[in-house]
Amino acid sequence: MTGSPEIRLAGALYEGLTTLDPSTLEPRPGIADRWSISEDGKLFTFHIRPSAAWSDGKPIVAADFLHSWQRALTPATGGSYANLLFAIRGAEDYFHGKQTDFSTVGIQAPDTATLKVELTTPCAYFLELTAFPTYAPVRTDHIKEHGLQWTSPEHLVTSGPFMLNQWKPRQHIELIRNPHYWDASFVKLDRVTAMPLDDLNTAYQLFLKRELHWMVSIPQARIDEIKRNPDYYALPFFGTYYYRFNVTKPPFDNRLVRKALSLGTDREEITKHILRSGQTPVASYCPPVAGYKPIEGLLYDRNRARQTLAEAGYGPNGKPFPPVEILYNTSEAHKTVAEAIAAQWRRNLGITASARNVEWKIFLNDMRDLNYQVCRSSWIGDYGDPSTFFDCFRGGDGNNRTGWDNALYNQLAHTSRQESDSTMRYSMFRKMEKILVEDECPILPIYRYVNQGLLAENVNGWYGNIRDLHNLKYIWMED
Amino acid sequence: MMPRIFRRLLYAPIVLLLLVTMTFFLVRLAPGGPFSNERDLPEEVESALNARFGLDQPLHIQYMRMVGGLLRGDLGPSMKHRDRTVKDIISDHLPPSLLLGTTAILLALWVGITIGIISALRANTLIDYLGMGATVIGISLPAFVFGPLLQLIFSMKLGWLPVAGYGNASQLILPAVTLSLPFAARFARLMRAGMLEILSEDFIRTAHAKGLSEFTIVTRHALRGAILPVISFLGPAIAAITTGSLIVEKIFNIPGLGREFVESALNRDYTLVMGTTLVYGTFIVLCNMLADLSYAALDPRVRDAEEVA
Repeated sequence: MTGSPEIRLAGALYEGLTTLDPSTLEPRPGIADRWSISEDGKLFTFHIRPSAAWSDGKPIVAADFLHSWQRALTPATGGSYANLLFAIRGAEDYFHGKQTDFSTVGIQAPDTATLKVELTTPCAYFLELTAFPTYAPVRTDHIKEHGLQWTSPEHLVTSGPFMLNQWKPRQHIELIRNPHYWDASFVKLDRVTAMPLDDLNTAYQLFLKRELHWMVSIPQARIDEIKRNPDYYALPFFGTYYYRFNVTKPPFDNRLVRKALSLGTDREEITKHILRSGQTPVASYCPPVAGYKPIEGLLYDRNRARQTLAEAGYGPNGKPFPPVEILYNTSEAHKTVAEAIAAQWRRNLGITASARNVEWKIFLNDMRDLNYQVCRSSWIGDYGDPSTFFDCFRGGDGNNRTGWDNALYNQLAHTSRQESDSTMRYSMFRKMEKILVEDECPILPIYRYVNQGLLAENVNGWYGNIRDLHNLKYIWMED
Repeated sequence: MMPRIFRRLLYAPIVLLLLVTMTFFLVRLAPGGPFSNERDLPEEVESALNARFGLDQPLHIQYMRMVGGLLRGDLGPSMKHRDRTVKDIISDHLPPSLLLGTTAILLALWVGITIGIISALRANTLIDYLGMGATVIGISLPAFVFGPLLQLIFSMKLGWLPVAGYGNASQLILPAVTLSLPFAARFARLMRAGMLEILSEDFIRTAHAKGLSEFTIVTRHALRGAILPVISFLGPAIAAITTGSLIVEKIFNIPGLGREFVESALNRDYTLVMGTTLVYGTFIVLCNMLADLSYAALDPRVRDAEEVA
């Protein structure tokens, strides 16, 4: 489970210790009705609310969390988000098999209503993490009993405001209100149907006929028409579209070359004339979040770009620049952006650039094996803290995929983890961002994603927020 | 006739074994594995998943296990949709594909044969030109244009039929029409050609001389011979209509096997690729066999040649 649609449904089916305020995304009590934090910020004591119950009526106890987190930290489970639990003392070692005794991990359930969690270092956003689906409890007894079948509507037992009533693959998923949910009387929707529609044009027709009330993406080809629809919304989103450079091979092993290309990219042309849906052109990497203000980055400057490329030894008085290829995974949108950027580099820097597409799985392989020169990328944050963006570019991180490894950057990433003062942390993040997009440029940020969709006028309790999280618990329909 | 059936039945398992073997190796030759994703998968998780699905074993062991599984009718779990088995996926998604495919093929036959006969009987008149003009449009109009066009007219403007979905008969009409269009057009052209050829034969002239009505001549004497080109195209057409329904399934949100077939290859879902390929492979082998047999049954020349041989 990694995509937004799955996470959206998981959020309706499962509630963790905390939940996020639908508008501000601040952590609020969930299955835990209160908690205390030790003075050093490392020990969290959660108190499970007495009325917390599973959708089959059984009470939710502290041990449910303990077993679920152990399952999430077991590689055989096959989850790709286990690293979100690494804030917990000993969790990383257990996951990597350096420690096989789970009691060494900082999770304890001294009684049915108390869960104690000890962290390696203070974590400013831990209460937000506990709201993420990876931290939600699952019924490990059911998983043992039913094996692969545990997710079927007959067997799935949930902790959140809704439960699974019907699942018809490729047709619909139907959720109904969970009568045993601790706050069931607050939940207004009796039934929610989610339809996985591949064809956005069809989805739009269904929306116009009001057979759908909320569409989470729109057919881009009809953007001009849809923009005129009063139900259309476009909000800033917690994701950045950028290009990676393979820094292990010439000419991109030279940071001045990377810098020159970044300076020679007119991002506004891309957002204004090609994408046309309100994306923000950016030369920074991390979106503004929880009080963090990103730096400006290398803005478009054709002359400076040429100068920098000359400094790198290329251009009229230097070596000829080798032909460059931008790799992207097959998609019309990526293609138009790549072709426009290739044209800009040709125009602004006299570089011969072309764009080449490959199928998704081949793209992933090429990116991992550094079998590319420049490739299209994006990152969407998992939780409301800049570290969700910056951690990826630590040397050797599995999501780095540029071959870039910078000692100062790695050091700052490490120190920022130990720091609990947010002003100090944010100043470290700004330094990291400066290294990333101004000094070293292993990446070239292009634009900030926009979260676009259509919402029927009679849907209430839906709040626009940067992470596009909309807990169905708060949503209600006006007749 | 009989030796033909036996020979075909004998070949079928060999063809399928070859298909299974090629699929097994080709899908593993393609770059990228079933578990890679945009977010990096930790090494521990990848090796645990490889072990769970037996991908940590040498290729020949994997192959033997796969063949053993097939013989027991066990296709294993899907590598992408890990809580569903390949068998579940096929039994969930094959019936909608079969229903849609059968409806479309019957529709295509009915429309195609009718237009073909009328065009042949009124050859080189306005009716013929209109009919054949329509077939050119039918062959060249792609489903991703025709489908949304039908949606726009019959669902959005007129409100007669549902936009998309699956479950009741009214939801089947637009996708079946969309899917049948190019096949109806081909059938019409083949039927017209076959009919024109037969109508110029001596025995038809004799029938005319005997004073038989045009209806009797067409249905009793000409049709049997004229339909042969249609029959020979029927096998590949049935196969193409059931395997090529991907776009129509997407447009009308039909939970068919076409999407599973294509996506399993893109996802490198080895087990599901094997399952869907085998279903379609068996289907194509059967269709071709049926087409051959019916061809032989209808055309005495083929039948006699077989018997002599």
